Amino acid sequence: MRENFEELGARLPSFADGLLVTIQLTLGGGALAFVIAIILGVTARSEYLLVRGGARAIIEFFRGTSLLVQLFWLFYVLPLFGWRLESLVAGILALGLNYGAYAAEVVRGAINSVPQGQWEATTALSMRPMHRLRRIIWPQAWAIMIPSLSNLFIMLLKGTAVASIVLLQDLTWLGGQLRQATGDTFFAYGVTAVMYLGLAMLIVLGAAALEKAAKRRLGQGAAKATKPSAAAASTTVGG
Amino acid sequence: MEDEASGIWNWDRAFAVFPELLEAFLQVTLVATVVGSLIAAVVGLVVAMTRKLAPAWIAWPVHGFMEFIRMTPVVVQLLFAYYAFNFDPLATGIVVLGIHYAAYMAEVYRSGIDAVPKGQWEAATALSMSPGRTWLKVIIPQSLRTVVPALGTWVISMFKDTPFLMVIFITDMVRRAQVYGGQHYAYTEAITLAGLIFLAASYPTYLLMKQLEKRLARY
Repeated sequence: MRENFEELGARLPSFADGLLVTIQLTLGGGALAFVIAIILGVTARSEYLLVRGGARAIIEFFRGTSLLVQLFWLFYVLPLFGWRLESLVAGILALGLNYGAYAAEVVRGAINSVPQGQWEATTALSMRPMHRLRRIIWPQAWAIMIPSLSNLFIMLLKGTAVASIVLLQDLTWLGGQLRQATGDTFFAYGVTAVMYLGLAMLIVLGAAALEKAAKRRLGQGAAKATKPSAAAASTTVGG
Repeated sequence: MEDEASGIWNWDRAFAVFPELLEAFLQVTLVATVVGSLIAAVVGLVVAMTRKLAPAWIAWPVHGFMEFIRMTPVVVQLLFAYYAFNFDPLATGIVVLGIHYAAYMAEVYRSGIDAVPKGQWEAATALSMSPGRTWLKVIIPQSLRTVVPALGTWVISMFKDTPFLMVIFITDMVRRAQVYGGQHYAYTEAITLAGLIFLAASYPTYLLMKQLEKRLARY
């Protein structure tokens, strides 16, 4: 066991590099997913059939075709069209597109679950559509969608582990290296898993703080922590 | 222009690789999904009931372990199990997928059990039903009806995670596509077809689940 920790200690700098790759994939993929989710989530509610249909087709395509297929497509197929992507960029794109499509459903569900009266009030005040969405609807939808989005963000973090397949030296890859060096599977992947767990915990804590802040802005106390509408939005996750 | 177009998508290659992909789909992807979800559905229910019924010194470690499984990547779990147990790779992979998704399904079952109205428990007590009978005849049937759609979405999720099995050297459909692409230096057809096969299988299932959800919501 002592040799194991000595080996780990000697490898700490490279683990820091691997951690950095995993964090880059998570934050990059997460940011892209968030932007895509808002665009697709809002357009999927459009009153124009063509816009709505387009958004739905994109969402279903990226939800339905498996993360690894999308990653391979970006990594192996795009270069044949003359676009050679770095592994890290391909990874961020695949994660962002895949989880963005899932998150779009969360955004759509959360906007839908803002009470009808709020929409009617904005009409009564003759607010312009963008103004209405930004000032009235979004702050309320945002508080509803945070728990589901944080679940998806954790799934995205775990999804980054496929990066080692496209030759990225991330945490999972380093776990494999540590296993070969120590010959101790339990230790090597135990350390790796605990590192992922630590990152996931950071996301959980961050999301809890965000949710609290969003609720405070709406004047809702901590007593009304989870509304039934939040549960309704989360059932759309995963399909 | 014409030549370039045929270079991007070659139908001969598409037809050549399609049967190979379909074979891998049936032999690996489908088998892993079906057996894996059965394991997940059973283990998930047992875990959810453990939290309700077992004494704290059993319930807490089980809950903690499942939380750990849920919060760490399935790829790391696959690698760990493959090297730690030195067992048949496909069987190992299926069990790992099953236990990973059991952690999610346990949460689904838990919400379903919590959603059974309190009056049902009280009625069972009033009729002096034994705890076993209460669970089997009253609680589980009612909670199953509400959780089936949510379980279904996790099955679809697992289905799309089966390509991760390639990290433990199982030649699934996507790995087959990658190998074919490498041999012919032509990835477009193989990888695109693999994605389309996933889409063709998962989208109708998703629609079916949605329909089922609507129907069950009426009760």
